[in-house]
Amino acid sequence: MPLISYSQVHKRYSGGFEALRGVTLDIEAGEMLFITGRSGAGKSTLLKLLPVIERPSGGTVMLNGQNVSKLRHAAIPYVRRNLGLVFQDQKLLYDRTVLENVMLPMLVCGHAPREAAKRARAALDKVGLLHKEKLDPAGLSGGEQQCACIARAIVNRPAILIADEPTANLDAQSALNIMEMFRSFNQVGVTVIIASHDEQLVQRFATRSVALDQGRVAA
Amino acid sequence: MRIWLQQHLASLKATITRLARTPVATLLSALAIGASLALPLGAYVLLENVQRVAEHFNGHPQLTVYMALDASKAHAQKVESHLKLTPAVREFRWVSRETALADMKRTDMGEVLGLLKDNPLPDAFVVDLKTDALSGANQLAEDLKAEAGVAEVQLDTLWIKRLDAMLRAGTVIVVLLATILAFGLAAVTFNTVRMQILQHRDEFEVAKLVGATDAWVRRPFYYQGALLGLLGAVVALGLLAVSSIWLNRELATLGATYAIDLHLALPPVGDLLGVGVFAALLGWLGAHLSVSKHLLSH
Repeated sequence: MPLISYSQVHKRYSGGFEALRGVTLDIEAGEMLFITGRSGAGKSTLLKLLPVIERPSGGTVMLNGQNVSKLRHAAIPYVRRNLGLVFQDQKLLYDRTVLENVMLPMLVCGHAPREAAKRARAALDKVGLLHKEKLDPAGLSGGEQQCACIARAIVNRPAILIADEPTANLDAQSALNIMEMFRSFNQVGVTVIIASHDEQLVQRFATRSVALDQGRVAA
Repeated sequence: MRIWLQQHLASLKATITRLARTPVATLLSALAIGASLALPLGAYVLLENVQRVAEHFNGHPQLTVYMALDASKAHAQKVESHLKLTPAVREFRWVSRETALADMKRTDMGEVLGLLKDNPLPDAFVVDLKTDALSGANQLAEDLKAEAGVAEVQLDTLWIKRLDAMLRAGTVIVVLLATILAFGLAAVTFNTVRMQILQHRDEFEVAKLVGATDAWVRRPFYYQGALLGLLGAVVALGLLAVSSIWLNRELATLGATYAIDLHLALPPVGDLLGVGVFAALLGWLGAHLSVSKHLLSH
């Protein structure tokens, strides 16, 4: 049984825009999958269905045997705790230090602050940012901010990492570093799903890629 | 359980830190809530004190049962039994016609009474009723009047009825004021929390994306609302204490002219704690409404 299974998934937004039109896709545990396509192809929407940021208008989304498209509201946080989310705009909190940002997923799960800080430092160490733990995110470069976002995504040791255009705003070298990081996580068994429109990076790092075009699987 | 407690403690600590980081805003909110609470609380204290003073002047309704001049001892014993069996009677005393005459002679009427050959005064029972027996006092008077040997029953309740009506009206005013201003308190915390929510919108979005439950997001605001309510109560009690010190100086002067101890007493500690709990609950309610609106709209 695949770890993630999209079956005839449709998504129509309230304005009438149809982002996904019958997408069917299986993702096995331990894969590193790239979702590619132009802007508006439906990449972000497809990823948002897993942490239930969006719900499908039709079809089913199965995650680890659980139909997350029908999940009740109160159960959503517990699904999200098992996913590591990396966003294009990082979504860091600028009134907190880098360390406090990375601690947040641990704290919301009920870990003690001391334990959360310990794990957050380990995560920052993995992404090479431990020396900047006390800085505000505003004091970091774009690449470093993305690294902080990745550290926050991995601090709870999730089985699945989901990254939506993680290198979109970065220079080439930073983008390579970030991709290397994802590959290293994948090599230790983490399932990684990355939405990207950067063909060069996809060709260099992808073991499997799925292209979306106007809400449909193109290849 | 330990995790749940840890989360609550962390949330409380974070809320206190957040309130302390914005002392001016916190103080202004507490003052607004305090002013809302001080008015009904002041009215309540005033009412309690008026009741206390009224009781000092004899707050119990009283009736006097005058026996007929030819009433026998058996008649008097029957009336006494009637009084003993009536739950509304707090206490009563027998005033014989001889005692009444002796008492009367000590007054300005003494000389006039000395001219009379016979004692014109009847035996009587002076009956103190329980305060809550006011509504049944008329019926009791009628019943006693129907007893053999009873000439007249005089019910002295008019001024008590008036005072009772005034106190009841005062209570209604206090309750109305408290209700209206309770909405004010809830509205103040609702708005304060709403401002906080708007300021920290990003934080909630990120927290929810990384797995925060609604309860985790709500919790610090519940504490904020409750703490603001509590601070408001402290402000209100402070205002009340300062006002009573000021007022008591003038009341003492006034009381001295009547040879009585006239002062405004603050409510007992239990009542003051009750005010704090009530204010904290209202603050919590305001925060609950505000956070629910925010969470439901996202």
